[in-house]
Amino acid sequence: MSDTTETPAPPSGPRELPKVVTSRWDLEDSHTLARYEATGGYTALRSALTKAPQAIVDEVKAASLLGRGGAGFPAGVKWGFCPPGVWPRYLVVNGDESEPGTYKDRILMERDPHQLIEGVLLACYAVGCAQAFLYVRGEMALAQERIAAALNEAYAAGYVGKNILGSDYSVDVVLHWGAGAYIVGEETALIESLEGNRGMPRLKPPYFPAAQGLYLKPTIVNNVETLSNLPWILNNGAEAFSSFGAETSRGTRLFAVSGHVNNPGVFEVEFGTTTYRDLIYTHAGGIRDGNELKCFIPGGASAPWFFEEHLDLPLETGAIGKAGSMMGSGAIVVMDETTDAVKACWKVVKFFAHESCGKCTPCREGTDWLEKILERILHGHGRPNDLELLLDVCDNISPGISWPPRQTTICPLGPSAVSPISSALRRFRDEFEAYLAAAEPPAVASVGGSVPVDIRVGASS
Amino acid sequence: MARLSRDNLVTAQEIIARYPRPKSALIPLLHLAQEQDGWLTEDAMEHLAELVGVTPAEVLGTASFYEMFKREPVGRYVINVCTDIACSLVGGDELLEHAEETLGVRDGGTTADGMFTLHGVQCIAACTEAPCLQTNYRYSHQVTNEGFDQLVDDLRNGRKDSEVPHHGVLARIRQSIPADKAAGAIVPEGQSEPAWLASAAADASGEGTSS
Repeated sequence: MSDTTETPAPPSGPRELPKVVTSRWDLEDSHTLARYEATGGYTALRSALTKAPQAIVDEVKAASLLGRGGAGFPAGVKWGFCPPGVWPRYLVVNGDESEPGTYKDRILMERDPHQLIEGVLLACYAVGCAQAFLYVRGEMALAQERIAAALNEAYAAGYVGKNILGSDYSVDVVLHWGAGAYIVGEETALIESLEGNRGMPRLKPPYFPAAQGLYLKPTIVNNVETLSNLPWILNNGAEAFSSFGAETSRGTRLFAVSGHVNNPGVFEVEFGTTTYRDLIYTHAGGIRDGNELKCFIPGGASAPWFFEEHLDLPLETGAIGKAGSMMGSGAIVVMDETTDAVKACWKVVKFFAHESCGKCTPCREGTDWLEKILERILHGHGRPNDLELLLDVCDNISPGISWPPRQTTICPLGPSAVSPISSALRRFRDEFEAYLAAAEPPAVASVGGSVPVDIRVGASS
Repeated sequence: MARLSRDNLVTAQEIIARYPRPKSALIPLLHLAQEQDGWLTEDAMEHLAELVGVTPAEVLGTASFYEMFKREPVGRYVINVCTDIACSLVGGDELLEHAEETLGVRDGGTTADGMFTLHGVQCIAACTEAPCLQTNYRYSHQVTNEGFDQLVDDLRNGRKDSEVPHHGVLARIRQSIPADKAAGAIVPEGQSEPAWLASAAADASGEGTSS
């Protein structure tokens, strides 16, 4: 990577795409400053400091970089939402990744922490943030070590801190650790957590972070992958970046493919021209043991499931949205024909029930009920009206059980638990009914029945 | 036990100084206390309350929300076996069952010798390397039953000491912000437009020079 312009290949024929965020992943010591500088690192920062901050904002806006955390909001536009004349502004980096299926950000932090730090420095310069907080999920010990080491190197080299590279630009970047709570990935919960509180979401409005975030001051919350794109964009220009990808989603995106595939992994691919079929059957090596696909979760556990007929959808937010799901966190969990849909559904719901912060009643109570009803069905104690009851509880969390969900809650966690149930019931209702047909009367009159004995998802159960 | 040691107190003060508000340092400080003692004692939480200027109840309120904070003693090694969807599809539940048999404890239990605490946990972000587990938050990927037994044997016999510190120790490399390089914590009050933005605006209006 350098600051010379590299023109991507023309759109006809096979396209040899630049690796935007993964170019160093396979290099030895890719996490060190020496390797980063030797491969063009911090040239975007040096160049940016010779330009007006607004020029950086304009470049990122022109690149049409969408946030890579899940919501997909344009990054440059978000930066522009800070109210003028209100100081200070903070940057908070959301590195609290924990949605089932998702782990691209951890790899970015472990393998190329300086790329992220340079992205942070570019964003702070452009927006006017004099302090940034890099919030890393607590369980990611190696990512924390790599970022701490990289920050220490960057401070020593003058890339971070007071009067960066001799300029009047000064910013401290503070590494902050989480402590294990999925909900903290929601941006207002992240801010609460960063203030030392229980990580519970704030009501939006009024607390849109760009206007009232950390300490109720303007705060930009950006995802790790989003910021990791910035050095390439600034080095190569918005035009080069937006020359690949789809009309509605420019550039490349990291996708993690897991589950019943031969070659699970994280892949950087172009938006729009790549399909789920490419990802699952080419990049991830196809379904294990020559089995048939049953279904797949297309964008993290909160996304409604997709099936065979969705394989040729382009990886582009608009097309996926129209088909009734979302690209979300870029995590694809593949289930083959041996998968028990009811058990898979229970596993996903159990996650959301466990991670509900408890602030909103429909989510706190509803997700728990969903888990318990599914549990008793799996234990052979299901009741004749349980499927209607499941849908009724879903409807109370997300009225209409529609997509995109309508919420009765402050954040989307509760409605996320609805999507696997509505997906599985719509497609695999016969599997639920088979459990009910074989059901014995409950041994006790409790909701959940006994403690789970043997509820497994895979083929071996 | 359990007020911060002299060295840890120095570290705590450094951490607090990085934040605009002392309470923002609470989660890192809870980690520090847990690193010292292996779990969070009431004395430790009272000490942290003094340090950041809140009540002990507020510290408990925060600590009790987060899964990584243990409020009773745990083993030297906490083994978290992932049983979420991606890991379950390829054997995560069976791995947890095997771990229970090997260690002779149920999910959540601690071995009699105090070496191991076992948990079946939600996603630990290594889905494409499933089934996976963490020992004191260090990953083991694609773990087989034999691999689990070997891991336990290695931990028992000190062969993993350089890779896996005792419970509570997270990043062994800490961030250090040298005093002469620090830009300083930006408090929410009394701030004006940052210098580089102001000078850029002045440049644009022809009133100043570029940096």
